[in-house]
Amino acid sequence: MMILLKLFVTFFKIGALSFGGGYAMLPFIQREIIETNSWLTISEFIDIIGISQMTPGPIAINSATFVGYKVSGIMGSIFATLGITAVSFILISIVHKLTNKFRDSIFLKACFLGMRPVLIALIINAFLSLAKSAYIDVKSVIVTLIIGGCLLSKKVHPMATIAIAAVLGIILWGVF
Amino acid sequence: MNNLYKMFISFFKIGAVTFGGGYAMIPFIEEEVVNKNKWVSKDEFMDMLIISQSLPGTMAVNCCTFIGYRLGGVIGGLVGVLSVTLPSFLIIIIIAISFMQFRDNYYVNLAFKGIAAAVPMLVLTGVISMGKSVKKNFGNIAVGIIALIGLVIFRIHPVIITLGGAIYGVIFLRKQVK
Repeated sequence: MMILLKLFVTFFKIGALSFGGGYAMLPFIQREIIETNSWLTISEFIDIIGISQMTPGPIAINSATFVGYKVSGIMGSIFATLGITAVSFILISIVHKLTNKFRDSIFLKACFLGMRPVLIALIINAFLSLAKSAYIDVKSVIVTLIIGGCLLSKKVHPMATIAIAAVLGIILWGVF
Repeated sequence: MNNLYKMFISFFKIGAVTFGGGYAMIPFIEEEVVNKNKWVSKDEFMDMLIISQSLPGTMAVNCCTFIGYRLGGVIGGLVGVLSVTLPSFLIIIIIAISFMQFRDNYYVNLAFKGIAAAVPMLVLTGVISMGKSVKKNFGNIAVGIIALIGLVIFRIHPVIITLGGAIYGVIFLRKQVK
């Protein structure tokens, strides 16, 4: 029971302290899991990160579930995942109340208007760092251009593009 | 209730198929929430994204929780957080139990190469779509470029940059607010 509680608290802390999405969380997770609690070895941790990146869904959730499972089975994964999602739930509960209350505030509306160009910059930044590791050869650029065409034509649902990309991967790297 | 059920299915689907983390999820969430079901307007969606990104926690989970709250209060929020988390949880459990050797499979590896190459493009379509909702005047473009330089070259923390945007809004954009 103690270990489950500890998993919950540890992942709650990881969630609460890390701004900026999954990759920003990894150093926190590493410190808590390997250094503070010695729940995993470094090579197990690297394995888990690799799998978390390869499976769908937010990386932070994936790695929390995985670490929880390694440490204490199904119950462990439930508590670790609950810990990290509890942060989101609590914070959004507060923010939802606040934005509702100040919905008509000119001050708040102006804040949001000003943050929009920043949002664009943040997404471009995410694109650039992903592109750096993804575009390793001509084949990967071909895949991305085909997917871009599918997405811009609006005729293909974004979810279908994932399947198309997987098939293209098998064809391009497997056949040629 | 019907809406929450539909939302659960939408977010579950999104959680189950989006590779590449939170930013790659944006076009999927936008398609389901803004275009298809019209649960929130595009402007509201952008506000939610910027909040979700500025708070601690996982951006995608924050965003889906927020949309859930908007649709159905606390229950909606709970449905939101659960539906986007559940697929990851189930997939990882299955992998942890049985398929650890799965990733060494030749074809799985090739498929993942393809998916990895597609992920940046998914993120880029988010830029294009969001960009349409930002007025292209001198101030906004300048702030966007300065923010990008701050992020890429000077590695300033995203939260600080976001705060900068809020200050810009309060000082210069108050007249634009209806």
